Amino acid sequence: MFEAALSRLGRMGSFLWAGWSGLAGLALLAALWQAGHEAYGAFILPSPLETLAAGAAILSDGRAWEVAMLTCIRAVEGFAVSALAGAVSGLAAGYFPATMRLARPLVTVLLGVPPIAWIVLAMIWFGSTDGTVVVTVVVAAAPLVFVGVAEGVMTRDRGLDDMARAFGAGPVQRLITLGLRHVAAHLFPALAVALGMAFKVAVMAELLANVGGIGGELARSRANLDVAAALAWVTIAVAALIVVEYGVVHPVRSEFERWRAAAQPWGVKR
Amino acid sequence: MSVLSLSHIGHAYFGRTVLDRIDLDVEPGEMVALVGPSGCGKSTLIHIAAGIVEPLRGTVAAGYRRHAMVFQEPRLLPWATARDNIAYPLRLAGIRARERRARAGAAARRVAFDAVDLDKYPAELSGGMRQRVAIARALGVDPDFIFFDEPFTALDAALKRRMQDLVIDAARNARFAALFVTHDLMEAVRIAHRIVVLDVAGKGIAGQRMLPGEPGTREDSDVFAAVQAFLKRDPLFRHIHDVNERRVA
Repeated sequence: MFEAALSRLGRMGSFLWAGWSGLAGLALLAALWQAGHEAYGAFILPSPLETLAAGAAILSDGRAWEVAMLTCIRAVEGFAVSALAGAVSGLAAGYFPATMRLARPLVTVLLGVPPIAWIVLAMIWFGSTDGTVVVTVVVAAAPLVFVGVAEGVMTRDRGLDDMARAFGAGPVQRLITLGLRHVAAHLFPALAVALGMAFKVAVMAELLANVGGIGGELARSRANLDVAAALAWVTIAVAALIVVEYGVVHPVRSEFERWRAAAQPWGVKR
Repeated sequence: MSVLSLSHIGHAYFGRTVLDRIDLDVEPGEMVALVGPSGCGKSTLIHIAAGIVEPLRGTVAAGYRRHAMVFQEPRLLPWATARDNIAYPLRLAGIRARERRARAGAAARRVAFDAVDLDKYPAELSGGMRQRVAIARALGVDPDFIFFDEPFTALDAALKRRMQDLVIDAARNARFAALFVTHDLMEAVRIAHRIVVLDVAGKGIAGQRMLPGEPGTREDSDVFAAVQAFLKRDPLFRHIHDVNERRVA
């Protein structure tokens, strides 16, 4: 019990410690950004510090938090729906090849239609409401989850299935102890991609559908030619994504992938 | 009263017959080695006997209480520790976590698997250790029948011998019966009470030979002599090393 707690603490520590390399990467981006600022001037590209100051000024106003939360809620809502729908249909498609044959062309179509086209359609159907944003997010993100899960099911080790059957496992037990556990490894990378997609599409849909949120603020910054504010809003959107991804998706994933870390004999672990 | 009785088993993949009219009985506590050339359907037969594959014709009558199986590859869950792998069938049987842990530890001791390695993942174990875990997993359910499907083919000669001794000891202590598929005649002669030879084309049982003495008491020289005698003089074993790669299934 004590050992388990200790190893969990150790893993948490190494996860937080890995944050330094993440910061180093961001610092590199900031350096390039600063170079661009010095080359082109503050009007075209405000410096990172200016942008951070603008961001801080925006966030010191209580209303900005509501705006950011609005976008977050829409993105997460759409993400949750697409995760659920994508995972369930992906499982069905993976286990029943006939479903897969029907679903594959549909996925190609869904992924092939640019999100911008979906926004236009959703605006016509739902008007300027939350529904427009959420629907666009679902249409853009659900196929990603679907493909990840279906791929996961199809690459499962049938040898393990036979092993479980030899030890008397029924179909439901095999699905729970083997199928879902294997799919989880494919599900989490797909979820991470889908989450990023959800935020991007949500902001874009907000901007075009004029329904407030971060996208709405971006539209206003553009109208005012306020580059610093626009960049600040972009930074806030990215920060929100990072918080959700590193606060939720990655910890859950590393819990499922402990054995992969164990398979690395030495050197830098993720 | 036999613990496993196969009668008139026949099977085909996509209309191509791989097994036909197989009759085989295994007595309680008896270790039967099933040998035959590559691709004669041995593996299919043991999968049918273990209930993994549904036979096209014939019946499998099982008189044992609980069976277990050891495969050619260890077939361990990569995401579970050695302990959880050994306990996996117990988890399927709905046994509580605390008892699972204890029984997995006991099964690991029976195959001389070091307790400090129990919390390692399969990727951290060597090939021999993984196969040890697979054997412990089979012994952990306290079976009175074990199916072995060429379990030691992938191991080197020394390790193979150690594993065979382990199975012989376990069989003597736990008194389980077993069907042991192998293409290695030496292995068959070392561990079995009886050798059954499958027909080259899977058309029934070609014949069988009882082996003198108890497994584990036979001298190496006797084992070697018996294998040589089978290969040189016994017509039953004439095709044992034939290979038909297209039929390997």
